Amino acid sequence: MSSALGLTIAVPRGALFGGTVELLASLGLDTEELRTNDRKLLFEDIGVVTMRPSDVPTYVEAGAADIGVTGKDVLLEQLAHAPGERGRDVYELIDLGFGRCTMILASKAGPDPEHDPALESLRRLGVMRVATKYPRIATRYLEETGRQSEIVEVKGSVELAPLTGMVDAIVDLTATGTTLRENNLVEREKIVVCTARLIANPVSHKLKAAQIDSLLQQLRALTAAGVG
Amino acid sequence: MIHPIPSGTRDVLPQETGEVRLITDTLRRVFDEHGYGEIYTPALEYESVLARADMAEARPAYRVFDETGAVLVLRSDMTAPIARVVATRYADSPTPLRFCYFAHTYRGVRPQRGQLREMLQAGIELIGAPAPEGTAEALTVLCTSLEAVGLKDFRIGVGDASLFPALMESLQVPQDYRDGLLQALVRRNFVELEHLLDEAGVSGEAAELLLDVPQRRGGPELLTDAPAPAVEAVTGMRRVYELLDPSVAARVIFDLGLIRNIGYYTGAVFEVYDPAIGAPIGGGGRYDELLGRFGRSLPAVGFALYVDSLHQALAGEERGTGALSELRTVAAAGEAR
Repeated sequence: MSSALGLTIAVPRGALFGGTVELLASLGLDTEELRTNDRKLLFEDIGVVTMRPSDVPTYVEAGAADIGVTGKDVLLEQLAHAPGERGRDVYELIDLGFGRCTMILASKAGPDPEHDPALESLRRLGVMRVATKYPRIATRYLEETGRQSEIVEVKGSVELAPLTGMVDAIVDLTATGTTLRENNLVEREKIVVCTARLIANPVSHKLKAAQIDSLLQQLRALTAAGVG
Repeated sequence: MIHPIPSGTRDVLPQETGEVRLITDTLRRVFDEHGYGEIYTPALEYESVLARADMAEARPAYRVFDETGAVLVLRSDMTAPIARVVATRYADSPTPLRFCYFAHTYRGVRPQRGQLREMLQAGIELIGAPAPEGTAEALTVLCTSLEAVGLKDFRIGVGDASLFPALMESLQVPQDYRDGLLQALVRRNFVELEHLLDEAGVSGEAAELLLDVPQRRGGPELLTDAPAPAVEAVTGMRRVYELLDPSVAARVIFDLGLIRNIGYYTGAVFEVYDPAIGAPIGGGGRYDELLGRFGRSLPAVGFALYVDSLHQALAGEERGTGALSELRTVAAAGEAR
């Protein structure tokens, strides 16, 4: 699939979709159909394939797409976990700056704002139970900060887990903190700030060096000009 | 009835064996024509012996005890065992020495997307031949063998393992950060590279060079205007390039950021790419200090082809379809439903 850029681009549906489409438009691609048809997956004229954000590294690593846009949260979650294991073999080329949000540890707000039920349970029971959609990031963070934890992986609304008493805390991504507040949860610790990243397949990075470099150049100019 | 085998290993049945045999027979013929003698070494070695080679991430992962309590490992590559053979069995022989091998190697990877724990490698080691002539010979044999097996669109990325460390040294990057920066570059995480440079207090022109130089890749024009600290490595690359036959030279992509995750490389490093497959199908480079660790100091160079990946690349080229056109077919079928 060749496009104006000579590259196949993996574009994430979801929170990063708007920013990515805007970026593609400012690179001169015709994004009209991409904006309007949300059921189509392949847009051959502009070399775009769309998918859920966590699939972007998979397609790029396999070389099914040359480059892609995905969140740092996705890349961190797919990083090597156990010794000997390797993370996704993709190159992280540039921080696109948009889609900024923070991975946080939060727990229920009590009458006393200083009282953190997660720390209390760590103190009294030696372990804190944490619900998350990001089990690897959560495990790594709690190990690195020297705390015993029991990670509970959930697929849906994480906020529900501490409210029902299933866990003491959650590790989740938040942009504005509104959902946390609405569910009576308080951010206790900042883990990492995540933004959208441009990633590339290692082989495409060599075999399509000219196309990728010219794209990077345009992107740097755009970011410097404050777009995206 | 299912009796499982460890993930990352597999049984190879007659049809596949036949196809793989065609590839290895062709490679063996080309290696032989260039004067490389085939050798076998044991799959099991003493851990203490192989540990002399600095393998970094590729170090042996599987250990067993023998009946005396000695620790044995399954070899993780063939370069270290051949270095051992040269130092012990060829201690006084005239050089250069040329060896080739077809051997299974064992890596402790979590098998995902085609990463194998047991991997068939085909390669050569050219020992006692310094750069640039030795490097040019290895690249020529590499190219000739891939053309002989019928691979059409492959390219060879050539870099230099000493380039980035030299750059960091001359730009006075704080010692504490060098390992981290090198690791970021091995993974080509340029965002992290930038963050780490910032954290290390490297700024201005130095930071720009450290970010820009390893992203330079392309044809020989790349070798003309290298910044001062990279001149030595780049001059080395140019000398090799000048020795290459035009048909080989046309396959080369220079890549100033190419670093392999094996510790013993000292100079030129290579990787083999094919558009039909998203990961390298082989690699190699110069290891001028490895032989010395085993007791016979000699400059050396070699490469290994990952036979299963090569087979996949050939099959991909034959179908004439990249991964994407397959995807397109699947998607079209989906829409038709």
